[in-house]
Amino acid sequence: MALYSEKVMDHFMNPRNVGVIEDADGVGEVGNAKCGDIMKMYLKIDDDIITDVKFETFGCASAIASSSMATELIKGKPVEDAMELTNKAVAEALDGLPDYKMHCSVLAEEAIQSALEDYRNKKEQA
Amino acid sequence: MQIYADNAATTKMSEAAIRTMTEYMQTWYGNPSSLYRIGQRAKEKLEEARAEIAGVINAEPREIIFTSGGSEADNQALLTAALNGKKKGKTHIISSAFEHHAILHTLKKLEKNGFEVTLLPVHENGIVRTDELEAAIREDTCLVTIMTANNEIGTIQPVSEIGAICRKHGIVFHTDAVQAVGHLPIDVKAQNIDMLSASAHKFHGPKGVGFLYVRKGILIQNLIEGGAQERGKRAGTENLPGIAAMAEALKESVADMEKKNAHMAEIRDYLIRGLSGIPHSALNGDAEQRLPGNVNFSFEGIEGESILILLDMRGISASSGSACTSGALDPSHVLLAIGRIHDVAHGSLRLSIGEDITKEEADHIIGSVREVVEHLRSFSPVWRDLTEGKKEFILK
Repeated sequence: MALYSEKVMDHFMNPRNVGVIEDADGVGEVGNAKCGDIMKMYLKIDDDIITDVKFETFGCASAIASSSMATELIKGKPVEDAMELTNKAVAEALDGLPDYKMHCSVLAEEAIQSALEDYRNKKEQA
Repeated sequence: MQIYADNAATTKMSEAAIRTMTEYMQTWYGNPSSLYRIGQRAKEKLEEARAEIAGVINAEPREIIFTSGGSEADNQALLTAALNGKKKGKTHIISSAFEHHAILHTLKKLEKNGFEVTLLPVHENGIVRTDELEAAIREDTCLVTIMTANNEIGTIQPVSEIGAICRKHGIVFHTDAVQAVGHLPIDVKAQNIDMLSASAHKFHGPKGVGFLYVRKGILIQNLIEGGAQERGKRAGTENLPGIAAMAEALKESVADMEKKNAHMAEIRDYLIRGLSGIPHSALNGDAEQRLPGNVNFSFEGIEGESILILLDMRGISASSGSACTSGALDPSHVLLAIGRIHDVAHGSLRLSIGEDITKEEADHIIGSVREVVEHLRSFSPVWRDLTEGKKEFILK
């Protein structure tokens, strides 16, 4: 059996939504280099709809694939829907991750939540 | 292009070793402990293999015990020295911080049983210092165990000097030579080695077989109790096809060793030069005192497992000290021991080339690593922070 599913390999080899949004409405960064994974998410939100999302990731193949999949799952969706995104949904959409790589999907969920929180904070301050 | 560059993990069996193993399975299937002629021929063949292997490292045949591999040999060597030491009230062991886990985990177990362990530092170059070894020796030191060459960064330890120091102090010296046997010249007498571990699959022999050399005069302790095989020191019917194939592979490996090593070292240095051209990268371990086939680099801002999978897609099989490759939380203890901090240790790559490597293949490796590193850095938030000056580069 291969280490990763075909979906994981696809998202690792051809990650979607890679990059930076300069004028992002919400930015979230989670993880640290010590443990080997860092994810950064950028959101563009218009009328409570996520119109664009980009990511940057330092990490293993499953971390990169999880980031990529998470961005696909929330792009074009209302903020409330994105807030419901779970790591399980990310892992399932990737046709599963090895047990010891599940934390990569947790990190993706946390990165999205952190970016959404940044968006809410900015909105409140405005 | 398909390039197998993970020979430190395991090697492909040689044709001669495969032929020998097949022949022994077909023809010499008798049990060496049996009295009839088929058994006794098997016994003769077993002793032929033992004599051949002993000859390669300048040992006596009776000083060789066949084991299931390097880990078993390491375990038996440490247990032997520890139990013998304990009888004399000596319970202190000296080793190094970057030994294989077959050593480090056995030492942990001995610590739980009342032994005291000193791990010598291996410094930035990945080499133990003999003055630090001498300083660590105590009245109650019963064993020094230092590997001949490191499995991850390939650095070669001053084994002869260590052996001389141990002999002077009357301390047993064991060396885990799993990465060295079949690749470097070894002479247990000239180098004052009391015990040595080796594994066949690291020199084009089969998996599941290895040997332990124990200098005569040292009382060997059993790991496996049972029948009287191996002079009562290792029970279990001998794996004769594996043992014979190991002897064949070893003979082949040491034939023309100098020539093969010169070729590998040339390609190794070519790879090191090529990879050094990648910005913010660094060779791990000493550039000269290293196995001719070992190249180990750290690349800042990226993670090792990603490098490996992308290299695999380009036909290159390699390895990494990244935590992600093993499912552990911490990166390689070897890279941490030479002072690489976590951030950089995660982004490591080990290439262990074989003797048939060509320059064209080396060019393909260099080109592929460059592409992969550049690609992964292009969307790494760590790399962005480094290049934008928000974080300082560790590897200049």
